[in-house]
Amino acid sequence: MTDWIDACGAEDVDAEDVIRFDHGGRTYAIYRSPEDDYFCTDGLCTHEQVHLADGLVMDHLIECPKHNGQFDYRTGEAMRAPVCVNLRTYPAKVEGGRVLIGVAS
Amino acid sequence: MKRDYSLLGEDARRAVQSGLAAAEWYHSDVPRKEMKAFMAREDQPAIRDTIILFGAMATLAALGVALWPSLWSAPFWLAYGVLYGSAMDSRWHECGHGTAFRTAWMNNAVYQIASFCMVRNPVTWRWSHARHHTDTIIVGRDPEIVAMRPPALFRIVLNLFGILDAWNGWARMLLNASGRLDPEEASFIPESEHPKVIRVARIWVAIYAATLAVAVWTGSILPLMLIGLPRLYGAWHHVLTGVLQHAGLADNVVDHRLNSRTVHMNPISRFIYWNMNYHVEHHMFPMVPYHRLPALHDRIKDDLPAPNPSMWHAYREVLPVLRRQLAHEDYFLRRELPATARPYREDFHAAAAGNAA
Ligand code: FES
Repeated sequence: MTDWIDACGAEDVDAEDVIRFDHGGRTYAIYRSPEDDYFCTDGLCTHEQVHLADGLVMDHLIECPKHNGQFDYRTGEAMRAPVCVNLRTYPAKVEGGRVLIGVAS
Repeated sequence: MKRDYSLLGEDARRAVQSGLAAAEWYHSDVPRKEMKAFMAREDQPAIRDTIILFGAMATLAALGVALWPSLWSAPFWLAYGVLYGSAMDSRWHECGHGTAFRTAWMNNAVYQIASFCMVRNPVTWRWSHARHHTDTIIVGRDPEIVAMRPPALFRIVLNLFGILDAWNGWARMLLNASGRLDPEEASFIPESEHPKVIRVARIWVAIYAATLAVAVWTGSILPLMLIGLPRLYGAWHHVLTGVLQHAGLADNVVDHRLNSRTVHMNPISRFIYWNMNYHVEHHMFPMVPYHRLPALHDRIKDDLPAPNPSMWHAYREVLPVLRRQLAHEDYFLRRELPATARPYREDFHAAAAGNAA
């Protein structure tokens, strides 16, 4: 079962940017792509647990602020060392101007 | 207190236990919107600088070869050497971070060339440099501490001519090419990357072997003046600038304002060093490309200790501290913050602050 959680307003995230969202003791990162699609991943880098929301979104990559490791935020795939472990992703959708993320209940 | 710089030693264990390893570091406040503009990537500045760099290297090498073996070739070799043995250090550094260019393959291409020139395995050093950023000048954790305490001044002097660094690099290359890793490097490189370390080392051995073969065949050291030796005779500039990054400042703290130094430098040194003289800024925000560091410095300078106005000034500050550390290794320089800055967290740094100048 997936619980859809209201994470933020669609306009709270700039295009080609990311924000942090904390819920239920976890931290998530919500992305808005240059094409205005929304995505969600775990909020902490798999290398050293740094908040990705402080990083830089370029096209479909999120670059970690600590050592510049990169992930494709659409798939969570680790794209550039020092990250080797993929990032967990969650479904995201926009309804009524709000971004909802799907978390397993 | 005796320091153990081994990554597998007593201080390494203590740093993990005390929470100093992988800790939360201090950052100056810069709103996200502004920081995004500072972090934004572009190709143009680095393409321009790379064309100038490789163009200058080709020209200087051609003049050196043309005038060889006359003494008139010496100035061209000296200049070529600095670009090979020093400018490549900063290219290695910036492209390793992936910040120099926006386009990934450009960063990678320059990173591979610069790694070869500096004799730093591009895989190994990506990981060691990541550790340097996680645990900057944390004893037992940071594998890139140049001025250990007590400072090995003779070692630094030898490295002005690449004597230890380059030889260690070549020895490590041969070890890796034989299919093995040193236990310390294995401690910070994930196993999945080990084959890449070995593959690069073998390619390099092939390049050096070909260069040596040409030298023997022609009965001249000229091929080695182009490849290999400039890592020795051109190393002095990167050591001169690199020592200033952290030497004489605090260790085992989690605020880059206490352990890193920003120094104003002349434009030629800044080109060679690719603006890494803004070193506090670089460590605090490693995602900001080299060409935006001067602007970042202007933005946060009210929160940082005053930069040294010149390399000369910085050395006049550093050398007496290093001399004193020969006898008192706990001694270090604590740089004052301007009144506008957020204060150091004394509670966190009490142990280090006790011995400050
Ligand atoms: S913490 Fe993200 S790349 Fe190292």
